[in-house]
Amino acid sequence: MTQFLSYLCNGISLGSVYAIIALGYTMVYGIAKMLNFAHGDVIMIGAYIAFCAMQYWGFPPVISVLAAMVVCTVLGMVIERTAYKPLRQASSLAVLITAIGMSYLLQNVALLVWGANPKSFPSVVSLGSLSLLGGQMTISGEAIVTIAACVVIMIALTLFTGKTKMGKAMRVVSEDKGAAELMGINVNLTITVTFAIGSALAAIAGVLLCSAYPTLQPTTGSMPGIKAFTAAVFGGIGSIPGAMLGGILLGVIEILGKAYVSTELGDAFVFAVLIVVLLVKPAGLLGKTVHEKV
Amino acid sequence: MKKVLSVILTLALALGLALPAVAEDAIKIGVIGPLTGPAAIYGTAVANAAKIAADELNALGGLQIEIDAQDDEHDPEKAINAYNTVLDNGAKVIVGTVTSGPCAAVAAKAYEERIFMLTPSASSTDVIADKDNVYQVCFTDPAQGAASAQYIAEHGLATKVAVIYNNGDVYSTGIYQTFEQKAAELGLEIVKVTTFTDETTDFSVQVTETKNAGAELVFLPIYYTPASMILTQAASMNYAPIFFGVDGMDGILTMEGFDTSLAEGVLLLTPFSADAQDEKTVNFVTKYVELYGDTPNQFAADAYDAVYAVYEAMVAGGITADTTPEEACEIMIAEMQKLTIEGLTGTMTWSATGEVSKTPTAVKIENGVYVGMK
Repeated sequence: MTQFLSYLCNGISLGSVYAIIALGYTMVYGIAKMLNFAHGDVIMIGAYIAFCAMQYWGFPPVISVLAAMVVCTVLGMVIERTAYKPLRQASSLAVLITAIGMSYLLQNVALLVWGANPKSFPSVVSLGSLSLLGGQMTISGEAIVTIAACVVIMIALTLFTGKTKMGKAMRVVSEDKGAAELMGINVNLTITVTFAIGSALAAIAGVLLCSAYPTLQPTTGSMPGIKAFTAAVFGGIGSIPGAMLGGILLGVIEILGKAYVSTELGDAFVFAVLIVVLLVKPAGLLGKTVHEKV
Repeated sequence: MKKVLSVILTLALALGLALPAVAEDAIKIGVIGPLTGPAAIYGTAVANAAKIAADELNALGGLQIEIDAQDDEHDPEKAINAYNTVLDNGAKVIVGTVTSGPCAAVAAKAYEERIFMLTPSASSTDVIADKDNVYQVCFTDPAQGAASAQYIAEHGLATKVAVIYNNGDVYSTGIYQTFEQKAAELGLEIVKVTTFTDETTDFSVQVTETKNAGAELVFLPIYYTPASMILTQAASMNYAPIFFGVDGMDGILTMEGFDTSLAEGVLLLTPFSADAQDEKTVNFVTKYVELYGDTPNQFAADAYDAVYAVYEAMVAGGITADTTPEEACEIMIAEMQKLTIEGLTGTMTWSATGEVSKTPTAVKIENGVYVGMK
């Protein structure tokens, strides 16, 4: 039983990272109607920036995370403006291919700048691990911070989209871009802000991911990126609570699958779940089925 | 025109005289390895150590040998070129090549052409498989598993052992299989075996299962990148068994950003540690540092032993400057199997497959450096 609880806890912690990444996917999809496959690599860049800030420039962890967020925010906006904005009227396939290209570009730039040798990421969490049930169950400090960060981000985003003017604009743009434009909403600005928020979240996700699983290399972001995309689809792409739920469930499924079925098939479970969900509920757990008007 | 020719001839003569005089009956040993390029650190160590060994042996006054080191840039095609070059230069036998990929290519050619090869450090089984004239100084990759089990049992490190290995990697699975076999023979109880794949970054399940199985020692036949993650995640779960690695673990201390205190107490199987206090090692390390300004690594020690082994076999088989490389090959094959060499990397004997048999040794990580275990 304690073993199950500790797996569950690890699963929620891993799932929280997926959830934070999935938020970036889902927001961008909801508003710009595109899959930003470079999102996973923004995570990796964020982690590298935090790594450099801590190792080479000697900044304290909090400042390093902020630096990573600032760099990723700017990076996200630059990517959007240079690579995606010119394609706003192009077919969705063209945008998708551009996003994949951007993903490889970021990986190769990282390879060029930081080299192929994996780096060991020092944890930003100074909290010790929590021992429960007389030492039978241990929850790492990273897991606690990750779960807390995920909850805080979730609440903040819900408030942002519900209460602020920009948040409302995002919801409007996601519903009907043309009508929003007619109402005087700056659609381009709204999309850029969405990218900025998504990328800042990616930086946080990158730092938390690498604190818990400390190897950092240019491909670090790709697998979590794909899993987070799966989580976003699982929860219903475009839905913020859906991304959260999808992420956490996915993390739990992955860890429990590894623990009780096979350690090698953890990833296979994740994608099997995606297939099943798409077959049974094509819009995802919390997604709305939108009927195309002809 | 005649003038020009005579000037050229004179120059050629002068240059010829300027070359260091080499004893005419010295037997050439071809050394092939990456002297430049990304793997140069291994190749130069081998070439340097081979020269030290040759100088020591020549000073004995008996059979004289000469090392001809050629660069293969850790590339199979260039290794074949280097192989042709050393043979053109008159090499009788080859000590090399240093890295597994190029070595497999050269070994195939050497097998066809009947040239004897002794590789100091190419550990892949491909190198010696089905070739009667190719020998190794290092353990083959999978043999490290058996050697590890032997070391753990002989030194009474633990009775309950767990293994975490990469199921998607030949190196890792190969070592695990021989470990499992030998552990069963020696009465080591394997209480838990868990696996992972190349994409794995979350080891919480593997570490939790290992911890709950009550393992005193965790054998990690894996490379240092996943090992660093296992060490970090075990520390965050307050789990501190003995971790035991193989040569893939080498490099963990130089991984950028790695907190070396996490690796404190980790043992790893390695044939050579430069801080060992026996006379042979001290003598070799002092000479190497003096000549090349650098501490020798295990590749250097392997090469030093390789040259000694080749020399002993040549003396025992009566090889002279007149022996052809093909004749030398058959003599060497016969002599290698009778040979016992007390080298830097242990007391070695060879089987007909070309595989070495020697006592495994290990180092322990203490305060961020390797310390020899004796």
